[in-house]
Amino acid sequence: MTDFPWLIPLFPLVAFAINGAFGPRYLKKATGYIGSASILGAFAATVALWIGGVHSDTPDFTLYRWVSSGSFNIDIGFVLDPLTVVMLLVVTGVSFLVHVYSIGYMAHDESFARFFTWLPLFVFAMIMLVLSNNFLSLYVFWELVGVCSYLLIGFWHQRKSAADAAVKAFLVNRIGDFGFAIGIILIFWNFGSLNYSDVFGSVSDHSTDLMLLIALLLFIGAVGKSAQFPLHIWLPDAMEGPTPVSALIHAATMVTAGVYMVARMRPIFEVSNEALLVVGGIGAFTALFAASIGLAQTDIKRVLAYSTVSQLGLMFLALGAGAYTVAIFHLATHAFFKALLFLGSGSVIHAMQNQQEMSEYGGLWRRMKWTYFTFLLGGLALSGVFPLAGFWSKDELLASAFFKGVADDGSWAFTVFWIMGLLASLLTAVYTFRMIILTFHGKPRNAELHSHSHESPISMVAPLVVLAVGAVALGGAVGFPPEHGFIHDYLYKVPGVYHFAGAGEITAVISLAIISTAVAAFGIVTAYAVYSRRQPSPEAVAAVSPRLYALLYRKYYVDEIVNYGIVGVTKGIGLILWAIDAKIVDGIVNLIGWTVRATSSLTRRVQTGQVQNYLFLIAAGAVVSVGAFVIFR
Amino acid sequence: MAELSIIIWAPLVGAVLVLLTRSRSSATAVAMVASLVTLAATVAVIAGFDRDAFGFQLVEAHDWLPAIGVQYKVGIDGISVLMVLLTALLTPIVIATSWLTINKRVKEYMAAMLVLETGMLGVFLALDLVLFYVFWELVLIPMYLIIGVWGGPNRVYATVKFFLFTFIGSVLMLVAILAIYFNTQTFDVQVLPDRALAESLQGWVFVAFFLAFAIKVPMFPFHTWLPDAHVEAPTGGSVILAGVLLKMGGYGFIRYVLPLTPNAVDDARIWMMALSVIAIIYGALVAMMQRDLKKLIAYSSVSHMGFVTLGIFSQEQVGVDGAIIQMFSHGLVTGALFLCVGIIYERTHTRMFSDLGGMARTMPVYAVVLAFFSLASLGLPMLSGFAGEFMVLVAAFGWQYWSGVLALTGVVLAAAYMLWMYQRVMLGQVKNVAFLRLPDMNRIEVMALAPVAALVVYVGVSPGTFVDFITNSTARIPFIY
Amino acid sequence: MSIPLNAYLLVGAILFSLGTLGVLMRRSVLIVFISIELMLQGVNLTFAAYGAFLEDMAGSMFVVISLTVAAAEAAVGLAILVALGRRVTEFYVDRLDTLRW
Repeated sequence: MTDFPWLIPLFPLVAFAINGAFGPRYLKKATGYIGSASILGAFAATVALWIGGVHSDTPDFTLYRWVSSGSFNIDIGFVLDPLTVVMLLVVTGVSFLVHVYSIGYMAHDESFARFFTWLPLFVFAMIMLVLSNNFLSLYVFWELVGVCSYLLIGFWHQRKSAADAAVKAFLVNRIGDFGFAIGIILIFWNFGSLNYSDVFGSVSDHSTDLMLLIALLLFIGAVGKSAQFPLHIWLPDAMEGPTPVSALIHAATMVTAGVYMVARMRPIFEVSNEALLVVGGIGAFTALFAASIGLAQTDIKRVLAYSTVSQLGLMFLALGAGAYTVAIFHLATHAFFKALLFLGSGSVIHAMQNQQEMSEYGGLWRRMKWTYFTFLLGGLALSGVFPLAGFWSKDELLASAFFKGVADDGSWAFTVFWIMGLLASLLTAVYTFRMIILTFHGKPRNAELHSHSHESPISMVAPLVVLAVGAVALGGAVGFPPEHGFIHDYLYKVPGVYHFAGAGEITAVISLAIISTAVAAFGIVTAYAVYSRRQPSPEAVAAVSPRLYALLYRKYYVDEIVNYGIVGVTKGIGLILWAIDAKIVDGIVNLIGWTVRATSSLTRRVQTGQVQNYLFLIAAGAVVSVGAFVIFR
Repeated sequence: MAELSIIIWAPLVGAVLVLLTRSRSSATAVAMVASLVTLAATVAVIAGFDRDAFGFQLVEAHDWLPAIGVQYKVGIDGISVLMVLLTALLTPIVIATSWLTINKRVKEYMAAMLVLETGMLGVFLALDLVLFYVFWELVLIPMYLIIGVWGGPNRVYATVKFFLFTFIGSVLMLVAILAIYFNTQTFDVQVLPDRALAESLQGWVFVAFFLAFAIKVPMFPFHTWLPDAHVEAPTGGSVILAGVLLKMGGYGFIRYVLPLTPNAVDDARIWMMALSVIAIIYGALVAMMQRDLKKLIAYSSVSHMGFVTLGIFSQEQVGVDGAIIQMFSHGLVTGALFLCVGIIYERTHTRMFSDLGGMARTMPVYAVVLAFFSLASLGLPMLSGFAGEFMVLVAAFGWQYWSGVLALTGVVLAAAYMLWMYQRVMLGQVKNVAFLRLPDMNRIEVMALAPVAALVVYVGVSPGTFVDFITNSTARIPFIY
Repeated sequence: MSIPLNAYLLVGAILFSLGTLGVLMRRSVLIVFISIELMLQGVNLTFAAYGAFLEDMAGSMFVVISLTVAAAEAAVGLAILVALGRRVTEFYVDRLDTLRW
């Protein structure tokens, strides 16, 4: 039952072709239905693939030979294993809901057809990324999802901020891909192949140092794509794109590609503890770092963006701890509740006439009950409240870091990372409920906007409800009982994927769960006290350390450092080189030309244009030569 | 067995006929027919091309100057086949779009274009060094006229610079050709690789060939004629210049320098790699700061052609294959980009970023087309630019990690300058109210670019199809490791 | 008594030298043109003298040929002068320096 996987990417590709060719002129609104239907088809095919049964020993499916030159032979093909299927289910499922949502959300946009051209293209690229069975086609579609992200962030291209954000996203990703590409080429020269199965099978033939180098280079790619520190800067800006794009690309699917990649490359990362330490460390640091920024942001989508960065950091923490299953589990639950939160925020933004500042919101819950309750469920899931989806995955995730830390293989640093993760969870609960309170509770701060607000149309609310069901039930459904839920057993079929190190005693597991629940509860209570009861008031909290507040509000000045440091310096070098090109390189050329002309302008003075001068010279010459002949004969 | 002669001479016959016409439209029509005949013959040749063969195909030889063994000898192999296709494809496109843009001396312009096509095809198909040299120089004259007569305000400076630069190189090449003849007693390209050049001579021959080809490519630091020539040339001239003329340099390296002077190549390799890497980064950084669309694309050509020379001198088969794919791709993409610049210049009469902006709103179809080719140029996978660059990078890493790593920064910078260019020209608010009512691309422009776009996608999705043409021919190049 | 050859040669040389001086020193285009004819006749005289002295017909033949050529040349030259005269007002050699650097 595995001979039809090519159908899965084909559906969105066809939708892209049809909508791109005929959308703007003929199909117009119909593009939305075509796009949604195609993704539904892809989802159905994925489900069929899942039910049909995919095992770790399912052979790779080769599509065609990409290139064959000397010893460089690359095929484009699919790898079909449980990891792929889980990713595909998440990608196509969330994509379908977002497509349906977008029909309502984008209804009044003049470029409706363009939106439904790029969105299926993105889904196609994302599906292919997940299906790829070799490093090169992974890279190919890795970049292709990047360009779809570029096109969709810059969707409202007349806004300068949107265009800037789109370019920034692409460029930062390219920097990540720089490392990724080096890693791939190193793999080719050391393994002679780029197929996962060939490479993973012979990892042990190579030195640990080489594998560490390759792992770190590949990780740079993941850092770029999954917006980890220090390449996280593009993701918050990417919120300039339409909200469904933020939900799909910048929360649920594309940004998780880095997590998927590291999970897929597990045999390479596992070789050296240093690589895992770097992955976990970057993840833990980013989780805390981004959560702290999220506390001080006022734009609802930016809060969610930093939250995404932070959650991705937690997934990397789990990857570093060796708990691949848990990372993918959290990836899946996060896709649901974060897409829900984004779509919910989109519903709010839609109602508030594109206002994204939370300072203009307040008291919306009465006017948008569906949005409010689904958003609240998403927020609770994000905070990790029992028994919602986020609880199961986040709890296991932190537990995996804890057990890695106490294991006696010298990874004590993971204990630190665990504490950082716990802190991040605390901050997550605080900023999530800060956001909910500021948006839906209290008094309306902008009466004008508030009076025009209304619940969104059914095509937007229905996906919210479906996602909310996922956010509530998914974690327990696939993750219960902990460590032995459906998803664990399913992914366990991928060779080498195991549960986190030292899967502990039941008491330890339960106490860890209690700790993390307590942390989440504390966070929610804090947010309630500060933002709802105003005891102490937010202003008072900010006034405790204005510098710290400014630091958080300005996002630790990373953007400024990058702008003036890296971009400015590069442009400066460009200017200098341009001057060198014009003045020195071309100057030498012109100097040679000038020298020739200067010489000839001296010698040409012989040519007076006076015929008599010429004749005199001829006559004199004749006399002199005849005379010389006569005399010296 | 005269397919190749038809390909070469059909445009020249067309040029004569064009000069006999009386009106602008009939001149264009005749030129179009002549170039389409060439294209049809090329497609027929490619359809019959044997991809499994190792040597030259469709070889045709006649005595020309028997006293010194000069022949009229033409033939095609994997190294030249894509270049011939590129030439035969771009010329009708240029003729079609010139119909819209050239208003003075149309007849002469079309004739020059066709003579140029004959010259370029001859360069790629000649199998005799003297014949090669004749075609090489033949290319120079019509290009000189196209820039000098139909060019921009500073055209005389640009065209003289172009002429002198390339002429200096080619004169030295003539000396090298004679030296080869006196050393091996033959001009025959098929025979030459078997008659090894004396090692003492290889160095000198290499230097002479290197100057000729490096100027044409152009490699750093011989590139300064290129931005000037591009800025002043009419659109069609720029397309052919970037699309085909630069490839003559890369083709010359692969066809003549690699097989004839292997020892000298091995000695000079580190310098060649260094110059290539410099060209890649330097071209990209300078391109990033340009304010004129054409200059930006000109400097980006320097950067992209750096990948070509990097691949050629990597001494890896995958590098040479990649270099040819990169040349083919660069010809398509940069040719198309210059057409795009021409389209916007025809409408706005400016190429400066400071005057443009927000054109995406005015010209939505054009916005998609320019985005497509910009992305292809910055090496987006699944479009043609990526395949060649990646193969070259693989080859560069195989020799020295540093060259590959440095070349990769060029890929990052390419994204920067292309996207910033696109942003400044197409995105944001419209700067000039007069631009709000500009017409979008017309049917001729769309039809001219459509086949290029189709090939760009084809190369990107399945570069293997094209590499299969090449790889048996490059396998015969003697590499010294 | 016959006139010695040297006398003819001397007259020929004087004619040629006068012509040369005229070509080199006179400004009027017409005079320069006439001076050229003078040089030609100096040479012709020498030819004829040598032809008689050496009793060789070649000398006389050359005179005839060069006279014919000179006539043709004069016709062309005068035509050029007339055409030139329509373009310039000052008919002086030192003014006609369009071929200058």
